[in-house]
Amino acid sequence: MLNYIGKRVLQLIPVLLGMSFIVFLIIRAIPGNPAQVILGQKATQESIAALEEKLGLNNPWYVQYFDYLKGLFTGDLGESLRTSQPISSEIWPYLAATIELAVFAMIIAIIVGVNAGIISAWFQNSWFDYVAMVIALIGVSMPIFWLGLIEQWVFSLNLDWLPTSGREDVRNPISPITNFYLIDTLIQGRFDQFGIVIKHLILPGVALATIPTAIIARMTRSSMLEVMRSDYVRTARAKGQKMFLVVYKHALKNALIPVLTVIGLQTGLLLGGAILTETIFSWPGIGRYIYEAIGYRDYTVIQSGILVVAFIFVMINLIVDLLYTVIDKRIKYS
Amino acid sequence: MVNQKKILEINELETSFFSDDGKIAAVDHVNFDLHEGEILAIVGESGCGKSVTSLSIMGLVPSPPGKITNGEILLQGKDISKFSEKEMRKIRGNDIAMIFQEPMTSLNPLFTIGNQISEAILIHNKSWSKKQVRERAVEMLRLVGLPRAEELLNEYPHQLSGGMRQRVMIAMALVCNPKVLIADEPTTALDVTIQAQILKLIRELNDKFNTAVLMITHDLGVVAETCQRVIVMYAGQVVEEATVQEIFKNPKHPYTKGLIQSVPDMRYKKESLYSIPGNVPKPGSVKVGCRFAQRCEFATDRCLTENPALYELSSSHKSRCFLVEEEGGSVNGKESLVESK
Ligand SMILES: Nc1ncnc2c1ncn2[C@@H]1O[C@H](COP(=O)(O)OP(=O)(O)OP(=O)(O)O)[C@@H](O)[C@H]1O
Ligand SMILES: [Mg+2]
Repeated sequence: MLNYIGKRVLQLIPVLLGMSFIVFLIIRAIPGNPAQVILGQKATQESIAALEEKLGLNNPWYVQYFDYLKGLFTGDLGESLRTSQPISSEIWPYLAATIELAVFAMIIAIIVGVNAGIISAWFQNSWFDYVAMVIALIGVSMPIFWLGLIEQWVFSLNLDWLPTSGREDVRNPISPITNFYLIDTLIQGRFDQFGIVIKHLILPGVALATIPTAIIARMTRSSMLEVMRSDYVRTARAKGQKMFLVVYKHALKNALIPVLTVIGLQTGLLLGGAILTETIFSWPGIGRYIYEAIGYRDYTVIQSGILVVAFIFVMINLIVDLLYTVIDKRIKYS
Repeated sequence: MVNQKKILEINELETSFFSDDGKIAAVDHVNFDLHEGEILAIVGESGCGKSVTSLSIMGLVPSPPGKITNGEILLQGKDISKFSEKEMRKIRGNDIAMIFQEPMTSLNPLFTIGNQISEAILIHNKSWSKKQVRERAVEMLRLVGLPRAEELLNEYPHQLSGGMRQRVMIAMALVCNPKVLIADEPTTALDVTIQAQILKLIRELNDKFNTAVLMITHDLGVVAETCQRVIVMYAGQVVEEATVQEIFKNPKHPYTKGLIQSVPDMRYKKESLYSIPGNVPKPGSVKVGCRFAQRCEFATDRCLTENPALYELSSSHKSRCFLVEEEGGSVNGKESLVESK
């Protein structure tokens, strides 16, 4: 097993290398010049040239790429061109904000999606099944930015129940420890702030959860429908087991593998979707961080930011593959 | 046999499936009794309603589309066909247990053998301690002839052969000492030597615990080897009922005769095996006349226009054929009711 994990991690290296190379090239194809952006419209040719020299932007691209790689192999993500801060420390608060939002959204998606799918399959062709599947169909095709705007309009502007944007109340700022605010406020015993953090999470969380919820519900339903017809489900019923346990113990565990696959994929896609959601809800996450870096042509931040997201994506895939073996002992990797 | 107590009585059982074409009775006014401690066979070709009959007894007919639409199922005098799901749960696995045709898929692949047997125990014995449950599970696994019972508890179904899995299924079914065991083609999916072992095991357990067994099969060889009485079903109806001796010595219904003829006989190397021409008609497709008439070599005009009743030749032998009437068979009360409908 450890062997397998080692092998998988080794396989990640060429993937991430290729990824870093492509991103590196694409960024430099974007018109614009970081030194120019940093110094502003009125900067002189000389000062721009001097800054380019200082930032190493005058070196041939392969030298720049090689320097970047050298840093990566020692765990150094480089420095921001704009702020001169090390990216690895600068990125964390943003990354934590995104992870908190994504985990929150994914928990909603899994709880609602899996249960809706189970109940739809259990009571196939009931009104619940029809309603849930119609909602799921609308959900998968829902444009997120539009949903986000509607949410803000209804729940913030009209009903004034929830804040429109941000992670915290600016008049009552949170002192970060881990930068996961739900955890930080709990550690500090600030339950008032914990509530505020939850309130801020709800609208972007729901917007982000919509598509994964719908996809998970549909996958769970079809997977469950197949499993519910199986012989061992009949055996469990023949033992006198309660239908609830037949469904949630015997059937669900068997239906879980394909569901887990979509959960993994959706979690990855969620990180991509987060960029859009973070923009609408002014969420100070990794999406915003990269988005702003693009505006400043902050090459190093863009390339390292994307690399970090890609790394999380492939790690989620690996974790999902390992979870298969926990559920199904017949699956063995070597 | 005659004086034995009835443990299960099936009276006028009709189980139907509802589709766009309306109601179709897959089990059509079936009557039979199961006595304490006996092994009763239900035989018939594929699709004649054997499994639906057994699922009806268990209250596990897939619903929708299926439903018990008539009759009663008396377990020690109580009509369980009218029981609620909650009441039925107390019966299943406790009073009536069932094993299935496919040992390869009948156990849950993702739970250990120990987990699945313990579950069967705990459902009906909630107060048992962990230790008691474990001991009982091991005892049952030993009883069905499985070696390494202790270790088996921690193994998964895929680590066992088909024969071993069927033994586990039997152990699991008998773990709460049911009064009735329904075995739906328990050996069909197994190879011949394993088949014989499993049948022997069922016979032994039946002997030891006096558990009545309803043995569903399409194999008359199985019947000859294990059972005392036989019900022959055809297209949802009982067409013949007799003791094993009578069935083989003196079969009355042409369908039964055909079935017996088509059993491969090891003593004579026949060139080709006899098989009854044609197929079992779909339930509901024969509207008038005997359901077997299309395939019957003795069929007369009467067979095509009139429904034969289940004629009684003796207290232990019945046949649904006009030929029996000519021999002097009589119709009992229940049947004439159906006929006059
Ligand atoms: N779920 C169902 N929906 C509709 N009709 C069904 C269903 N299950 C069974 N039937 C009908 O009931 C009839 C009897 O089926 P049953 O499974 O009892 O046959 P069987 O005698 O057990 O055959 P086999 O030897 O193949 O197991 C079938 O011909 C089929 O038309
Ligand atoms: Mg069957």
